[in-house]
Amino acid sequence: MTEVIATNETILVVGGGISGMTAALEAAETGKKVVLVEKRPYIGGRVTQLYKYFPKLCHPTCGLEINQRRAKMNPNLTIITMAEVTDIKGEAGNYTATAKIAPRYINDNCTGCGDCGKAVEAEFDDEYNYGMGKRKGAYLPHRMAMPQQYVIDPAIIGTDDAQKAKDACKVNAVDLDMQEETIEFNAGAVVWATGWQPYDANKIQPYGYDRFENVITSVEFERLADPTGPTGGKILRPSDGKEVKNVAFIQCAGSRDKNHLLHCSRICCMASLKQCTYPADDVDISVYYIDIRAIDRFEDFYQKVKAQDNVNFIKSKVASIVKGDDDSPVLHGVDTEGYNRYANQHDLVVLAVGMEPSVDKESFPVDIVINEEGFIEPASENGGIFAAGCSSDALDVNRAAQHATGAALRAVQVINRVAGTEG
Amino acid sequence: MAEEKKMAGFVCTGCGIGERLDAGQLETTATRDGKMNTCVQHDMLCSKEGVQVIRDTIDNDGATHVMIAACSRRAKVEAFNFPEVAMTRANLREGVIWVRPDTDENKETTQEMADDYIRMACAEAKFSTKPSKSGEQELNKTIMVVGGGITGMTAAMEAAAAGYPVQLIEKSGALGGRIAEYYKVLPTRSPYATPQESSIAEMAAAIEADDKITVHLNSTLAQTSGAPGRFSVDVATESGSTSNFTCGAIAQATGFTPFDANKLPEFGYDKSADVVTNHELEALAKAANGGPIKRPSDGKEITSVAFVQNAGQCSDEENKLAYFSGVTDLVSIKQAMYFKELNGDCDTTILFNNLRTPGAAGEDFYRAGQEAMVLFSKGIVSEVVPGDSLTVKFKDMILNEDAEMDCDLVVLAVGMEPNSGPDPYYATEGAGAPQEGEELTDEEKEERAAAANEVSVDSILNLDYRQGTDLPQLKYGFNDSHFICFPYETRRTGIYAAGPVRRPMDIQQARDDAAGATMKAIQAAENAGKGMAAHPRAGDLSYPSFRKEGCTQCKRCTVECPFGAINEDEKRYPLFNEARCRRCGTCMGACPVRVISFENYSIDTVGQQIKNVEIPEEWDEKPRILVLACENDAYPALDQAAMNGVEINPWARVIPVRCLGSVSLSWITDSLNNGYDGIVLMGCQRGEDYQCHFVRGSAMAAERMSKVGDTLQTLNLEPERVVVHEVAITDIERAPKLINDMAETIEKIGMSPFKF
Repeated sequence: MTEVIATNETILVVGGGISGMTAALEAAETGKKVVLVEKRPYIGGRVTQLYKYFPKLCHPTCGLEINQRRAKMNPNLTIITMAEVTDIKGEAGNYTATAKIAPRYINDNCTGCGDCGKAVEAEFDDEYNYGMGKRKGAYLPHRMAMPQQYVIDPAIIGTDDAQKAKDACKVNAVDLDMQEETIEFNAGAVVWATGWQPYDANKIQPYGYDRFENVITSVEFERLADPTGPTGGKILRPSDGKEVKNVAFIQCAGSRDKNHLLHCSRICCMASLKQCTYPADDVDISVYYIDIRAIDRFEDFYQKVKAQDNVNFIKSKVASIVKGDDDSPVLHGVDTEGYNRYANQHDLVVLAVGMEPSVDKESFPVDIVINEEGFIEPASENGGIFAAGCSSDALDVNRAAQHATGAALRAVQVINRVAGTEG
Repeated sequence: MAEEKKMAGFVCTGCGIGERLDAGQLETTATRDGKMNTCVQHDMLCSKEGVQVIRDTIDNDGATHVMIAACSRRAKVEAFNFPEVAMTRANLREGVIWVRPDTDENKETTQEMADDYIRMACAEAKFSTKPSKSGEQELNKTIMVVGGGITGMTAAMEAAAAGYPVQLIEKSGALGGRIAEYYKVLPTRSPYATPQESSIAEMAAAIEADDKITVHLNSTLAQTSGAPGRFSVDVATESGSTSNFTCGAIAQATGFTPFDANKLPEFGYDKSADVVTNHELEALAKAANGGPIKRPSDGKEITSVAFVQNAGQCSDEENKLAYFSGVTDLVSIKQAMYFKELNGDCDTTILFNNLRTPGAAGEDFYRAGQEAMVLFSKGIVSEVVPGDSLTVKFKDMILNEDAEMDCDLVVLAVGMEPNSGPDPYYATEGAGAPQEGEELTDEEKEERAAAANEVSVDSILNLDYRQGTDLPQLKYGFNDSHFICFPYETRRTGIYAAGPVRRPMDIQQARDDAAGATMKAIQAAENAGKGMAAHPRAGDLSYPSFRKEGCTQCKRCTVECPFGAINEDEKRYPLFNEARCRRCGTCMGACPVRVISFENYSIDTVGQQIKNVEIPEEWDEKPRILVLACENDAYPALDQAAMNGVEINPWARVIPVRCLGSVSLSWITDSLNNGYDGIVLMGCQRGEDYQCHFVRGSAMAAERMSKVGDTLQTLNLEPERVVVHEVAITDIERAPKLINDMAETIEKIGMSPFKF
């Protein structure tokens, strides 16, 4: 049974991505008790799946290492993974939260040695790689996963594979009888940091993401470029595994569009510019854009990529994609600079999909002000619940961390008020 | 401390360690060579029972020093958490068995590796003491906020709302800053459709009514001395009076200055009164007092207006701004709406190249502008010709042809320049720094520093720091953090920039930023009170001390500290300020006479590890390679390599270091003298996009090692024996390869002759 020691001077952080992690750590390092609830089996969220950050082209795992070290060393912070907050009752300074914890089938004895993974045979699509590539039925989600504990896929429970995992474990860490748990605990304030999800590219029908293998999303491209990803860092076409010599990026795929996401997702321009630096110099790159939204110093990076000989910018919202020779996508549209129609064939097309807030308007556990786009508004009506990062707006990593630090302060204010009236 | 050392060793045999290694021998090594008073084996040391064994040894047997031989120090951190003792870890899992093949012919060298790691961890333990508070610390909860515009006001109110007293410093005679001059501001709540009144007056009233906030108007900072937790601030007022207070931490919210449009002669700003900047338009709108906005030149009601976006921004020309000021497109949309509101069916045209209105609020507001019939035209303005009616010449990017339009008023969307103080590193890292390949003499360096002082602005903080009076700048004068994951990673501990002095931003972002910076300031004040380090070694209680009798006053530590933590006293000895220090050890690496140390990280804790590796005789043909790996990138890369089963050469002995900048040259020379055959240093990426959280650690190590050549020459050793590499945390294949490459090099050039 998972036990959580929490009072109304505890801060609950929902979501353990870069925003939730930042809010939790900043509050914990200010001496506050924090409970962090994360849905995935590990913390870090989507940044763990990025190859590089713009504009420095540094690796997200570098900052992750520091944040994870901070988390491991801080006694004020309790992390619960594979858990979702299903209910929050009460008011600022006095909430009761309910969380549902899915069974990991691996207990804290796990040393991360990997024996169970070797013993199990069944393989599944690897969600860490967006389904490109396979992982075992007993797996460590990624090499830097924290906690460094394996997970057993519920699909192998009751099969021989599960027993193999159990038999292989020398430290008694496999517990096949583990059940889903529901726990309740107190909190004085809540930081809501459930982040975002890539907009469902299937909904952008004219681009045929569901029909054409060589039309992929920007988050998938990130995994393709990563040396630890499914292709070992080689940018290969999904249809035939051939090296990509000509790639197109379609900006605002699902963003700034009344039929899809109303908002500008802010990050996609910079993300595509960053991705323009991934392929080799001899790969032709076309960026189809409406506006390149390089904010503040990012302008430097835009200029740098613009100066790359192999990158071509086309001001156009692509109208449609059809299948050309050899499964190559052909893009149709009008270049609005000079009004020229085009039909351009590329080896691979990357849809710069928008950021959809992971805030479920319908089943949000407590009354809260959510705007038309689905983001949580900074409203006083929200009481002691504060949005952090992409729950509040489409933000890049730096701005999400900035926003989360501020959200931590607002939670601390509530806790200090509680402590003041009680102490 | 007079307390007797009691050293206890623990060897874990779980995770295959027991199967692969002779645990009995490891135990013997720990007691015989490592001089542990006791050493026990456990088959799963990280289990509750295993941890209890360690706990009992501490609680019941009075162990003061604990050596744990198990997995990497990055694993099972929560289980092996014994802050009351000096603790070291020998990495037998990721460091030994996972990087060596499980075959008979490798058994001997694998065991040797493990034995060495035990000796090293024992030696490290022996020369460590448990870090404890220095006694310098104080808890001072007061937060000083510098700047009384919207960012500073927000910071003050946020700090007060958290229960912290505030000293708010404003240079002018009133709070409110630039926003006080604005007609309206961008909406801050959904729907993001209409400009709204600013809340600045209510905020000013709230601040006045808040007895936690003390406001100093017409005031500047004459001096700021001390450190987080004990800053002492002299405030000078315009009238000449001075006052003093103390504070725990500082938020700097000094805002921005609009770009000087006189630098844009092509747009006729200096020739026509009807060419105004976006900031001047606010005053015109305000002066209209609810009626139509009028032309400055003749008071005519304006019927057509053109907005020139990116005026002097996103430019590669000198004297213009290279960056985009974040909010100026939204501001022009807002101002176009003023005309729709006040001037009836006035024509408003926004001439832009890339319209940058990001996020939900940005795109909503852009859409609202379109719905309000603001005309958006993709065009790049080349010239504004003054006359009775102004003529705007531009390249129409849609029709791909030159075009022009006439209008009553032209608004230049000029950018924001940060109100930062002089950059302490102008001449070394900033704009005055030597370019690549440029070697400057000391004289030239001094000339540049002097030139910098001439062009530079007045100091804001007047820090009494050895390294400059103000916050270091990142680029274009902004006091921003260099790190994407850590927007508040300041180079002056306890001092945090917020608002447009950190990065160009709008009001809502500035207010969020104020909250973030205030959070960090509060945290810095609290942690200074506990004697704990700030990020990235958050919570670290160790701090540098130095032996005064050995110090030669060479000043290297005071010059090289990346955080300006070390001052000089009147006799020019270093004066450490614990609460400014980030515990990287750069001072230790800089010190040529080895007098600086931390309780658990010193010349000895590493030097003795190096000495305690057994160096086989030359004819054994078993070289030894010392690897000093940055704990933040290179060491985790090696750990991950181990998880992937990547082999590492059995001659390697890896020691994690806090930063490559902390590496003492003495470790290198001692290793060479002791018969090591090769040395590999692994630090973070250096240069413009450096990754080192201690700024120049990796770069300094490279510079220092370039001087190792002399030592090598004196010893008659080949220069290839010492290499410095930049290693990223993702270099999972490459990091082991660099070590293996060194083994190959040694094979080529032969063993070191210095084996005694």
